[in-house]
Amino acid sequence: MEIASLVAEVQSFKAIAAALLIGFAGLGTAIGFGILGGKFVEGVARQPELSNMLMVRVFIMAGLVDAFAVISIALGLIVFFTSGQFLTPVLEAAKLASVATTG
Amino acid sequence: MSQDNYIEHHLEHLTLNLKTFTLGEGGGFWTLNLDTFVVGLLTALIIAVVFRYIAARMQSGVPGKLQNFVEVVIGFVDRTVNESYHGKSQLIAPLALTIFCWIFLMNTLDLLPVDLVPTILNMFGVTHFKIVPTADPNMTFAMSISIFFLIIFYNITVKGWHLGKEILTKPFGPYLFPLNILFRVLEEVARPFSLALRLFGNMFAGEVIFVLIAMMPWWVQWLPGGVWAIFHILIITIQAFIFMMLSIAYLSMAHDSH
Repeated sequence: MEIASLVAEVQSFKAIAAALLIGFAGLGTAIGFGILGGKFVEGVARQPELSNMLMVRVFIMAGLVDAFAVISIALGLIVFFTSGQFLTPVLEAAKLASVATTG
Repeated sequence: MSQDNYIEHHLEHLTLNLKTFTLGEGGGFWTLNLDTFVVGLLTALIIAVVFRYIAARMQSGVPGKLQNFVEVVIGFVDRTVNESYHGKSQLIAPLALTIFCWIFLMNTLDLLPVDLVPTILNMFGVTHFKIVPTADPNMTFAMSISIFFLIIFYNITVKGWHLGKEILTKPFGPYLFPLNILFRVLEEVARPFSLALRLFGNMFAGEVIFVLIAMMPWWVQWLPGGVWAIFHILIITIQAFIFMMLSIAYLSMAHDSH
């Protein structure tokens, strides 16, 4: 049951890491898009004839603001869904330990 | 297939081990993601063939639908290039056209149902297949590293010795030149990384969410699947356009000299 508790520890930290990555990405993006949208509406209120041009610029800026948030999300998903390299060293060490005690 | 296996199965590429030239794992660095390679090549060929066909049969007067569409795309890219780039190179506009159309077509493959192509190919014995090449960091880094080399090439050929003066004096003035060099190196290296990872992150996250939606029971899937597909259409277009626009901006900055 040693091995089970070790694996559970690694998996739980993996879950927390993935949750932090995805959560903070969402937080940053929400604030960024909020500010961007607010400035857009202000600009359109000031000069309504520029609304089309400003909207194109808003989508361009949205794609750029998205960038690092989406990198964090992608890393969080990778950490969450693949067994990755966090689990394999633990399993190999456990295998070596069990071979040492029984072999 | 259990839940975890389903997701992991959809996240694995069809790899060619270049050390032994067999399909399967084990190559480490020397693996070629065959699915990315083949699909990328096919999409590029489709674009080349369609555009070449239209160019060879250009008709003035009332254009047909396909010629109209091609003209709209080329006019759009031409306007975008002319807004940012004021140099004389003949390479920038075709490069921008290639980037936009190729990335857009590769991204659009993400809208196909998740299990459609892998199930069809499974009948031919292909075990794993990821159909979106831009969800593979190899593809996006290949494109952004090519742009990186082009930036360096244009910097050296257009600016010549002024490049040295620019690197040593740019943000802070001539007496802080180690800081200037450091900032310049960081900025230059951050560009291909951010270009590649932005596109990869968007496409990878979109694909994973499609896979997660596909794991829900079939009578629930329509609503979130529909909403996410519509949102993803917007993201695809924006990401292709941003990659093209940033490449044009970086290349035009490499031509600038004050």
